[in-house]
Amino acid sequence: MIRPFGLDEALFIVFAIQWTLALSAIAFAGGAVGGLIIALLRVSQARLPRYLALGYVRLFQGTPLLMQLFLVYFGLNIFGAGINPWLAASLALTLHASAFLGEIWRGCIQAVPSGQSEASWALGLGYVDRMKSVVLPQAAKIAVAPTVGFLVQLIKGTSLASIIGFVELTRAGQIINNATFVPFKVFGLVAILYFVICWPLSLLARWMERRFAVATQR
Amino acid sequence: MNYQLNFAPVFANFDHLLAGMLVTIELSFGAMLLGTVVAIACAAGKTGGPAPVRWLVDAYIEIIRNTPFLIQIFFIFFGLPALGIRFSPNTAALVALTVNVGAYATEIIRAGIESIQKGQVEAGTALGLKRVQIFRYIVVKPALRTVYPALTSQFIYLMLTSSVVSVISATDLAAAGNDIQSQTFASFEVYLVITGIYLVLAVGLSGLFSVIERLAFNYPLSR
Repeated sequence: MIRPFGLDEALFIVFAIQWTLALSAIAFAGGAVGGLIIALLRVSQARLPRYLALGYVRLFQGTPLLMQLFLVYFGLNIFGAGINPWLAASLALTLHASAFLGEIWRGCIQAVPSGQSEASWALGLGYVDRMKSVVLPQAAKIAVAPTVGFLVQLIKGTSLASIIGFVELTRAGQIINNATFVPFKVFGLVAILYFVICWPLSLLARWMERRFAVATQR
Repeated sequence: MNYQLNFAPVFANFDHLLAGMLVTIELSFGAMLLGTVVAIACAAGKTGGPAPVRWLVDAYIEIIRNTPFLIQIFFIFFGLPALGIRFSPNTAALVALTVNVGAYATEIIRAGIESIQKGQVEAGTALGLKRVQIFRYIVVKPALRTVYPALTSQFIYLMLTSSVVSVISATDLAAAGNDIQSQTFASFEVYLVITGIYLVLAVGLSGLFSVIERLAFNYPLSR
């Protein structure tokens, strides 16, 4: 029997937004920690950590997110963690976000004039104080707009978790479509919902970019 | 962990992987060429067209950039037949990839077009060139040169994104992996090899793009 596409079906899709947002939040939080580590390694004085971080970034930027999800999903099973879409999706998206945020933030750290670092040296600040109190706060200002831009990319990326069976917005759409057979309406609605989440963030990123460009103009 | 990695079933099906790789390459290059045409047209419309055209292009860019590719391809493959537009999986994949990359490339090429100084276009007019000639020789080519790095990294990203088309049963590299793993159950090994192939494709593509850059833009930059 084909089920009609009514209010209940639409609401099932709408409420799946929470899982998309939860997964995005986990990946973003994890990616922020990983990204900071990658960014700091990428600007480190020592050669080995620099190359290791570069290799990590190249690996994750040179392979599809879908394959990263599959490898973590099946890889976790091999390591005895079983088949667990939540864990696999969170871990894969965290690793993915770490590479991208690490590369974005490396650029921001390097955009801070080197005189700032040198002045901290001259004042006798150690590595931690120099980064924590001088370089990172200035880099953070530059980083806000591109980071929000990446957040949009990450939210869209969570849709791929549906392929390994994680029920979020896209998977909810597929489930309803399989019961109602009105793909035009179902995927139209899912697209609108993603747009409602992502578009304000895109506008925010663009607005911050413009404001920053004005602020740094001389 | 007492799991033995077994790559034999993967390499026994290597011809299947190669066939999939070929489809991935075809889809990527097809979408790059068609997407660039779409993008140049849209960028021209956005920078020099009447207001309704500008709004349409803006709407297109915002809709594509703020929805996941997976939903776009579902919509094109499963949704459009409701309007009587029906594609085979591989054609739907090409259409979806073209529509997707077209939106991103429009913004990139528009930025390139806006970087062309007005004096250049005026000089073209003074020399008696037609509008099409000015657009072709004075605007587009230098604009493409300016944005070439951004455009080509978008193209590499497109090639990686194309793995998603396997979900509508297109016959690309990722789909070949799905087939092999469902027959052999060597899931991890299959996807490990495929991920490696994607990495090689990405590195190869980036090398190819730098060769093309040297051949296509081999004249000195104006100061």
